[in-house]
Amino acid sequence: MKRLIATSLFAMAVAMPAVAQVRVDDPWVRATVPHQRATGAFMQLTAPVDARVVEVRSPVAAVVEVHEMRMEGDVMKMRAVQALELPAGRMVELKPGGYHIMLLDLKSQVKEGEVVPVTLIVEDKDGQRETVAIEAPVRSLTQGHSPKQHGHGH
Amino acid sequence: MHSALNGLRLFAAAAVVAVLSACSAPEPPKFHAANMTGVEYGKDFRMRDVDGRERTLDDFRGKVVMVFFGFMQCPDVCPTALSRAVAVRELLGENADSMQLLFITVDPERDTPEVMRDYLAAFDPSFVGLHESPERTREIADSFFVIYNKVPTGDSYTLDHTATSFVFDPAGRLRLAVSHNMPPELIAEDIRTLLGTTRY
Repeated sequence: MKRLIATSLFAMAVAMPAVAQVRVDDPWVRATVPHQRATGAFMQLTAPVDARVVEVRSPVAAVVEVHEMRMEGDVMKMRAVQALELPAGRMVELKPGGYHIMLLDLKSQVKEGEVVPVTLIVEDKDGQRETVAIEAPVRSLTQGHSPKQHGHGH
Repeated sequence: MHSALNGLRLFAAAAVVAVLSACSAPEPPKFHAANMTGVEYGKDFRMRDVDGRERTLDDFRGKVVMVFFGFMQCPDVCPTALSRAVAVRELLGENADSMQLLFITVDPERDTPEVMRDYLAAFDPSFVGLHESPERTREIADSFFVIYNKVPTGDSYTLDHTATSFVFDPAGRLRLAVSHNMPPELIAEDIRTLLGTTRY
């Protein structure tokens, strides 16, 4: 558990250099209240070659899925996607209102200031896989819509 | 299902037409959100809050009441809607307490009153969470033409739901349907209009 405590507020993604060298920017996880069983992880991903995220793991959750949120008329819909496509050189943003990583069946409360390890399994066109290890800081549950919060710097 | 959605659109469209054709009348208030004046959604609204107390719109007379349907496991639209309500209250400044947010869970089986209380308090201690039996929740949602469905995902489920917020004026009449992506600045303007023009 100690490992989860943030050592720095500016903890950044640590991507293990491998085949595709996916770049990870601004990862974060939304904090939860006690007994809340799920939350979302958000980040920006850029792959230098066509690739796809085929699996996501995190020690804080029993089940991890990539979801797509979309609106059909006035109705919000969320669906698990089998793989998240990362077109070469194009930044794919996982953010509220789009794709996100769902952390389900949380093992304990996720508190602001902690750091949540998230591992992406990324596959390129030739089926070569790489593991991207991310340390995502936990931000406030209420993060998201304040008029003051426009654009994140890294 | 679609008829409810179309119903909402139809009412919104009718409301817009009503506003446009009423130009000769003594300046009706203009809103950024869909004008629902005269639409009787949420009639006989009555629900228990997270402390088990029965609440009706009469409890909030004199305030603009914003009603949102959502669930705690929602990682995205629901916290965003709540953060937006916090921003609206900030923008209202000294009139902040003239706006009351009511959050109705569409997932009463998983969202316990205790979790709801903590969750809403994290955003704003003034927010009221409403938690009812699954049957009563469905009745209330139907009265707003709000749709929600459980959708299986892995061993669990998520919920599709209408992301519209409904706004009642200080006299307890339904006035606006606010889309999920309307910015807080415009909502605050509409609420100011309602606070300034309501006669009751």
